[in-house]
Amino acid sequence: MTLNPASRPTRPAIAQAKLWLQRNLFNGWLNSLLTIVLLVFLIWAATILIRWVFTQAQWAVVTTNLRLFLVGRYPVDQLWRIWAVLAIALALVGYGWLVGRRPMTSDSGGVNNLRSLIANPYCLLPIALLVIFWLLGGSLGLSRVPTNLWGGLLLTLIVAMSSTVLAFPLGVLLALGRQSSLPVLQGFCTVYIELIRGLPLIGILFMAQVMLPLVLPGQPNIDRVVRAIAGLVLFNAAYQAENVRGGLQAIPRGQTEAARALGLNWVLTLSLVVLPQALRIAIPAIVGQFISLFKDTSLLALFALLELTGIARSILAQPQFLGRYAEVYLFVGLLYWIFCYILSRFSRRMEATGLQRK
Amino acid sequence: MNTTSLWRNVRFWRFAGQAIALILVLSLLGFLGANLNRNLAQLGLRPGFGFLQSQAGFAIGEALIPYSPANSYSRALLVGLLNSLLVIVCGLIVATMIGITAGIARLSGNWLVRHLALVYVEVLRNTPLLLQLFFWYFAVFLSLPQPDDPVRWLGFSFSNGGIIVPGGLTLSPEFSALLLGLAIYTGTFIAEIVRGGIQSVPKGQWEAARSLGFQPAQQMRLIIFPQALRAIIPPLGNQYLNLAKNSSLAIAVGFPDLYAVASTTFNQTGRAVEIMLLISLTYLSISLMISLLLNLYNRRVQLVER
Repeated sequence: MTLNPASRPTRPAIAQAKLWLQRNLFNGWLNSLLTIVLLVFLIWAATILIRWVFTQAQWAVVTTNLRLFLVGRYPVDQLWRIWAVLAIALALVGYGWLVGRRPMTSDSGGVNNLRSLIANPYCLLPIALLVIFWLLGGSLGLSRVPTNLWGGLLLTLIVAMSSTVLAFPLGVLLALGRQSSLPVLQGFCTVYIELIRGLPLIGILFMAQVMLPLVLPGQPNIDRVVRAIAGLVLFNAAYQAENVRGGLQAIPRGQTEAARALGLNWVLTLSLVVLPQALRIAIPAIVGQFISLFKDTSLLALFALLELTGIARSILAQPQFLGRYAEVYLFVGLLYWIFCYILSRFSRRMEATGLQRK
Repeated sequence: MNTTSLWRNVRFWRFAGQAIALILVLSLLGFLGANLNRNLAQLGLRPGFGFLQSQAGFAIGEALIPYSPANSYSRALLVGLLNSLLVIVCGLIVATMIGITAGIARLSGNWLVRHLALVYVEVLRNTPLLLQLFFWYFAVFLSLPQPDDPVRWLGFSFSNGGIIVPGGLTLSPEFSALLLGLAIYTGTFIAEIVRGGIQSVPKGQWEAARSLGFQPAQQMRLIIFPQALRAIIPPLGNQYLNLAKNSSLAIAVGFPDLYAVASTTFNQTGRAVEIMLLISLTYLSISLMISLLLNLYNRRVQLVER
C-alpha cells in the first residue's frame, strides 16, 4: 500500500486534493454517507447561525455594556488603577516567562540564596497581590473603592488568582501531611481532603457565606468577596493537595534516601530535593486546577457577587435588554473560553516539554 | 544507660509533634465551636433537628412523591433528594452515551467527524457549566414556542412548557435544561477519557483483530473497547462524582433538587448549621455510593493475572 513519495511524480494540486478527500472523507460507502449527512446538517446549522448573528441578534446589549462586562461598576475616574494592575500582571507574567526560559544553573538552588528567592516568581506573587488589592481597594493615599463596585472580568480574575495563590501553599502542606508517617497528622489531612472533595462547591460557598461569620469571634462583618475567596481557598486546597501528592508519589524513594545520606535534615530534604521535583511534575495538573477554578468562580453569581456571570445576569435585568439571553451568554462564554483555552494549551505544552528541562 | 537527651530523641519528637498537632486542631475546633454557640445563642437559635417536623409552607415545582406545602420540612427535603437522585442517574447515563460517542468520533478516520468532535470538546469543556445551564434554560428552553404550538421532531414535541417524549412523558424545561447541560458538559470530559483509553490499547490488537477477519465495528466493540475500559473506568469515576456534585447547580435553573430545597429551608428557618450538616452528609453518601459501585465494576473489568 505505501508508496515511496520520491519515486512518484508530483501530482497536480487538484489531484492531491481529490486524493485527500478520498482518504479522509469518502473511503467506503459508510463514511461517504456520514460525510454527506454531516455536511448537509452543518450547512443547515451554519445558515441559521449566520442569519441569527447578522440579522436577528441585537448586539447593542454587549456594546453599550462593555465596560460593565470588563470591570463592573468600578468608578470611571479611577480606571487608571485597573490599567496599573494590568501592567503589574503583565510584568509578572513576562518575568515568569523569562525565568522559566533561563536554563537552571547549579548555583541557583540554594534556599539561603536571596537572589534565587527573588528570582522565583511565586515568591513575588503574594507581594504583587497585596499591591494589587491596595491599588484596587484604595485607602493609604488612594480613595476607597468598596468591593461591591468591583465586578465583571476584573472580579473573576482577582478572585481566581488570589484563591489559587492562597490555596497553593495550603495544598502543599496538606499533601505533605497526607504523605507523612505520623498517623495523627496523616489522619487529619486525609479526612480534610476527602471531606472537601466529596462536597459540591456550591455547598462550600454557602458555608463560607453563612457559617464563616458565625464561627468567628465578635460580630465580624466580613466582606462578601473575602468570604467567597475563603470558600474557594478551602475548596481548592484539597484539590491542589491531590495534584501535589501525585507529584510527590512520582519521586523515587532513592531521592529522599540520597538526600538523607548526604546529611540533609528533613526540612532541607523536602525543600531542596523532593518538592522542587514533585512540583515540576505537578505543574500541568496545577494549571488544570486553575482552569477549573477559573470556571468555578461563576458560582459566585449565585451568591449575589457581580463577577462575569453575575454581571451578565444583572445586565439581562436592564429593561431595554430584556430577553437578550443568547447574545449576553454567548459573549460571556467567549470571554471565559478565551482564557481557559489559552491556559489549557499552555498546560499541554508544559506537559510535553516541561519535564525535559533539567 | 541511655545517654541520648530527650531533645535529640527522634521518637520523642514524633510523639510530641503529633500531640501538638492534635492539640492545635482540637483547640481550633473548640474555638470555632464556642464562637458558633455564642453567636447562635445571640440569634436565639437552639441547635437541633426538631424544626424538620414543622410545616414547610412552600410549594415545590415537581415531585416524584406526593407533596403539598402543608407537609413538613423533612418531606420537602426528601422530595429534593429524590429529584437530585433522578437527575444524577439520568445524567450519568446520557453523559456516558455522549462521551463514548464523542470519544470514538475523536479517533474517526473521517476528517469531518473527527473535527466536529474536537470542536465540541474544546468549546464546551472550556466554558463554565453554570453559564451553559443559564444558556440552555433561558436562551433555549424558555425561548421555545408556546405549548399550544410546539416544535415537533422525531415524535418529540418541544415547547417552553417542556419536552413531551413519545409515550406521553413530559419533562419540565427546568429538568431538561439541567439534564442536557450536565450531560453535555460532563460528556466532553468523558470523551477525552475514552479517547485516551482507546489510544492506550496497543496497535497490535487492532492488527490482530483485523487479521482474524473482524469487521471494523466488531473490532472496536469486541476487542478494543473492553481493553480500553481498564484505563477508562478509574478516571470515569471521577467524572461521575463531578456530575453528581455539579447536579447541585440545579438551583440556577430553578429545578428543586436537594440543595435548592435546603436553601429555601435555610431562608425560612435560618438553621445554617443543621442544613449544612444535612447537605454535607447527603452529598458525601452519594459520592461514596458512586465510588463503591464503580470500584465493584472496576474489579470486574480489570485484567486478571496469575
